[in-house]
Amino acid sequence: MPGLGASFGRGGATNYLEDLANSDCIVIEGSNMAECHPVGFQWVSEAKARGAKIVHIDPRFTRTSAIADLHVPLRMGTDIAFLGGLIKYVLDNELYFKDYVVAYTNAAALVSEDFVDTEDFDGLFSGFDPEKSQYDETSWSYDPGEQDSATEHPGEAASQEDEEDSPEVQASDRGQTHGSGGPTIPSKPHRDETLQHPRTVFQVLKRHFARYTPEMVSEVCGIEPEVFEQVAQWVTANSNRDRTTAWVYSVGWTQHSVGAQYIRTCSILQLLLGNIGRPGGGIMALRGHASIQGSTDVPTLFNLLPGYLPMPHAAQHSSLEEYVADAAGKAGFWGNKRAYMTSLLKAWWGDAATAENDFAFDYIPKINGDHSSYRTIADMIEGKVSGYFLVGENPSVGHPNGRMNRFGLANLDWLVVRDLQMIESATFWQQGPEHETGELAPETIGTEVFFMPAATHVEKEGTFTQTQRVLQWRHKAVEPPNDARSDLWFYYHLGRILRERLKDSTDPRDRPLLDLTWDYPVHGETQDPDAAAVLREINGVGPDGRALSSYLEMKDDGSTSGGCWIYCGVYADEVNQAARRKPAKEMGVAGSEWGWAWPLNRRMLYNRASADPEGRPWSERKAYVWWDEEAGEWTGKDVPDFEKTKRPDYVPPEGARAQDALAGTDPFVMQGDGKGWLYAPAGLVDGPLPTHYEPVESVVENALYSIQANPTVERIPGPWNRENPSRSEVFPFQVTTYRLTEHHTAGGMSRTLPYLSELQPEFFVEVSPELARLRGLSNGEYATLVSSRTAIEAKVLVTERMRPIRLRGGQVVHQIGMPYHWSYAGISTGDSANDLLGIALDSNTHIQEDKVSTADIVPGRRPRGPELLEFVESYRRRAGVESGRVGVNGRDPVDADAGEGSRL
Amino acid sequence: MTSISSVSAAFTGRDRGNRLYGPVPDVTEQSGYAEEHPKRVGFFTDTSVCIGCKACEVACKEWNTLPMDDSHGVKDALGLSGMSYDNTGQLGANSWRHVAFIEQSRAVDLPMPTFGRPGDDRHDHGTSVAGSGDLNSTATAQASVLNAEALTEFDPQTGQTGADKQVRWLMSSDVCKHCTHAGCLDVCPTGALFRTEFGTVVVQGDICNGCGYCVAACPYGVIDQRKDDGRVFKCTMCYDRLTDGLMPACATACPTQSIQFGDLDELQERADARLATLKAQGVETARLYGRDEDDGVGGDGAFFLLLDEPEVYGLPPDPIVTTRDLPAMWRAAGKAALMMVGVAATAILGSRRGAR
Repeated sequence: MPGLGASFGRGGATNYLEDLANSDCIVIEGSNMAECHPVGFQWVSEAKARGAKIVHIDPRFTRTSAIADLHVPLRMGTDIAFLGGLIKYVLDNELYFKDYVVAYTNAAALVSEDFVDTEDFDGLFSGFDPEKSQYDETSWSYDPGEQDSATEHPGEAASQEDEEDSPEVQASDRGQTHGSGGPTIPSKPHRDETLQHPRTVFQVLKRHFARYTPEMVSEVCGIEPEVFEQVAQWVTANSNRDRTTAWVYSVGWTQHSVGAQYIRTCSILQLLLGNIGRPGGGIMALRGHASIQGSTDVPTLFNLLPGYLPMPHAAQHSSLEEYVADAAGKAGFWGNKRAYMTSLLKAWWGDAATAENDFAFDYIPKINGDHSSYRTIADMIEGKVSGYFLVGENPSVGHPNGRMNRFGLANLDWLVVRDLQMIESATFWQQGPEHETGELAPETIGTEVFFMPAATHVEKEGTFTQTQRVLQWRHKAVEPPNDARSDLWFYYHLGRILRERLKDSTDPRDRPLLDLTWDYPVHGETQDPDAAAVLREINGVGPDGRALSSYLEMKDDGSTSGGCWIYCGVYADEVNQAARRKPAKEMGVAGSEWGWAWPLNRRMLYNRASADPEGRPWSERKAYVWWDEEAGEWTGKDVPDFEKTKRPDYVPPEGARAQDALAGTDPFVMQGDGKGWLYAPAGLVDGPLPTHYEPVESVVENALYSIQANPTVERIPGPWNRENPSRSEVFPFQVTTYRLTEHHTAGGMSRTLPYLSELQPEFFVEVSPELARLRGLSNGEYATLVSSRTAIEAKVLVTERMRPIRLRGGQVVHQIGMPYHWSYAGISTGDSANDLLGIALDSNTHIQEDKVSTADIVPGRRPRGPELLEFVESYRRRAGVESGRVGVNGRDPVDADAGEGSRL
Repeated sequence: MTSISSVSAAFTGRDRGNRLYGPVPDVTEQSGYAEEHPKRVGFFTDTSVCIGCKACEVACKEWNTLPMDDSHGVKDALGLSGMSYDNTGQLGANSWRHVAFIEQSRAVDLPMPTFGRPGDDRHDHGTSVAGSGDLNSTATAQASVLNAEALTEFDPQTGQTGADKQVRWLMSSDVCKHCTHAGCLDVCPTGALFRTEFGTVVVQGDICNGCGYCVAACPYGVIDQRKDDGRVFKCTMCYDRLTDGLMPACATACPTQSIQFGDLDELQERADARLATLKAQGVETARLYGRDEDDGVGGDGAFFLLLDEPEVYGLPPDPIVTTRDLPAMWRAAGKAALMMVGVAATAILGSRRGAR
């Protein structure tokens, strides 16, 4: 979550769900919370019952809109314009929380003289390289202030910066490494506390958002100026010392080619309004499903290690010293990176990790480029990948461009699928839709598929880390049936067997595997490893053999271990803190004894900001954490997200390092300057400020700049991933995808269940009566949707809840809604919505633009068999798109022998 | 535990008025339970906070192991109904909770009160996005899932304003009403239907003989026969859970407290307060349904807060227990019988007289 990470220092929701009940106004934007997070939605209901205003901003009128006070139907993909308009409204009318902004944000910081804004460069920032479609971010930096601690190894840092410019390093992406710890900056900036200097962030901001007038918002988003005014009034009237507004988003923001910048825009607005770190305020990032937060904390991402430590890069990090060089001497908690990394290495390799061998730093595999999910699919098709594990993932249905994904899976040597059901990604070789078209045939596919039945969440023990960073221990309720086993069981025994096979090996490359600490106690008939022992290892252990209670205890000398520094404390006092279950009535508002939240059980992040610079609550009504002069410490309703005894008037002495370099008025403790970032001098690859670009596939011309779409967007070109040209008459309608309450993501957990399947029994699309009339579609009948990828069919629901947007110039934008749960397996079936979509990615996150694409829609069912290929090809020809014909198993016939490794 | 009455309150002898109609202060006691019986329980379904998640439907089916069915109640069948997000269709033998989805829309001329920016006297509303012409006309809109014919005046709290038109999406979880005067129970010839000690109405599957009288007797069309089986089924308010001190499955699963379970008198108080709050917020169309003990069924054990006319939700506006007129009918039948006897007697006597 680089949007939040670059703004505040940590890539997690700033507040907790229950805290929404304290909000005076809640804006849900980029989320269909009532449908996709119905249980958490009770706190929105609670807030509404207490009199809060609920606003839902979404292209579709959903079950969330149904109980909001106001639904704002903006055009798909225009949230930056809307939020940018709000920022301008707040700045123009001086409705920002001035004391907060001056003290806690980087509004007063001076930006480098070299920085050129999009306003003066027609939609581009300074530093753009059109050949590589990448920015050199040097000119975006702060105007360097006092050279306090430019680093202890200036030479090294400089060479590191050079290397960061190399395309391989850029591609491996630094954007995502700010989950816990903001981007590193060379030094603290010059400041002008009056905010008047033209190069202050505040003045830069004013100029940057000057174009985002209510009229422009109206034109771009397709909403009435009065509706914009209403939202602006409610939000600003409920954002001050006494009142707070919360913003809620989910994948409706992240799944865009400018997704990280959507979140940045919201961060800027919420900082200006003084809503971060305060009860009832904040930005609530709702995660897509169970433990997604957990799977970025202890990551399943190619470029991260646990606790958001970046994955070492082959060209950059040949030693631990080089790896931690960027953090050495830095202000903020990232200054202790070496201790976190050393403890991680000790947790993994134990006694084999010594000071002499650089704590086994060399054992960690290094990345050498982009190995993100979709790039890897393309690599599979090109024969560069031999094996693949799919664990709780159904790419054939859940990833955009299912056809391309199936081609990838068809070009492996082996594939392991661990799932509850025989999902489409395990049966594609036999039953996938490409058999009908002749593009795939079992006899030509070399992939050997191993299906391993998995235990469900009630059949195994362990933790979930949910949307608000709380780890909750799950006890095993029943034994898994038959051969079904937990993932922990699978990986533990897989590792055990591999180690046994290799135990006599003398090959140095087997050392990392053989030296692993792999000694978890097992129990029961099935020899299940003890999940609590794993959690304790993640927590970390001190020199006395006792569990650590805080990451501040971690040392860089190898005397401590810990598998994920931000989780340190979850096993404090040798107690599984995640298993705590104190009833709500018996504890305070923050629920501090239910489970355990990272970091250090702080439920609300940056909560130092709930008090004024002197440490007093901004108001009685919004009191949360404050300075107790008598006791000499921070106290309140939550664990302070601040050093407990650091006085509010603390000023760092010359040469201070890490947390000691942050002042008593710096609430954003993971940031190098301790401030919330209105302007991000580092951390994002597509700009220090958000700018409205149209989606990659849009039917509308960018009204703000001549640059149509995000110039840094990441593409994966190939015959299997053609792009619909923008503003094409052949693909005249916008499409968005989403989920329904009744089904679970790619359907593996719901399409096989009768009680869920009967509630949403078939794949359908939602269209407005106007579009239905335009294209002759009838409610309850079939329609065919076509893109440059393929064509799919769906039943039609004609509904007033979808509405066409009429823009100023008279252009009418029709929008189609398309839930994505279906495919051919299970009780409830249909074509797969994701087959229609292409893959274009946000360059910060490698997240696909699922939420906006284009297509055509016509009545009736789609052609069958090879006729389908010709049907889609005819659309490509008309739209001037290159052919999408592929060779055997999706390989381009021309490049068929270009691959290496895998057999064809 | 007292003996369970398997007959209608009208026939226990405890109801001296032998009433089949009107308010009954203690329906449980009247049904033959001893005075220390549990309080009457019920559901208050507040549709103004329903988010249509259908957790109630799923929890009900899970707990009661009901079969899958389609929107016509056909067992083990699937199919898109085309009626908004409602693929359950109706209450029936296989669906004891049913969430209705009602889409309403109307065109508006002045979408919003206008707001000027502070220090700005702007009160125009700019160019209408809706413009004019065919796009603006909902009257000519193609047949859609819009399934509420009667569009009442929307309320400020519940009418979401876009630009050119207001859209409202009502959701309501329907269930057996557990009437004070339960027609189904009154007509059941086998005693399969009975009033529980909690004041609820339950069918005993092992006694039901499938006669189907109750199906016609229910003023709400709730109780329903399973075709392949012949017996009737409906909500039991989770009688088995109640006897174990648990809440019904649906109320337990509801994330927004739209379905509230509890003692009926307490729920009624809560509902009155909620209605007053909504009225104070300007939600003029809010109303309680099934709350009034003077209605045609003596008030419901499961009652509702609605945001529109009951018909909009598929509920009868003025339900009357089908056995209300039974005494009158018996009296009429008695009179008729007497008259028949009289006529016959007269005829016989007359004929004798004639024969003379």
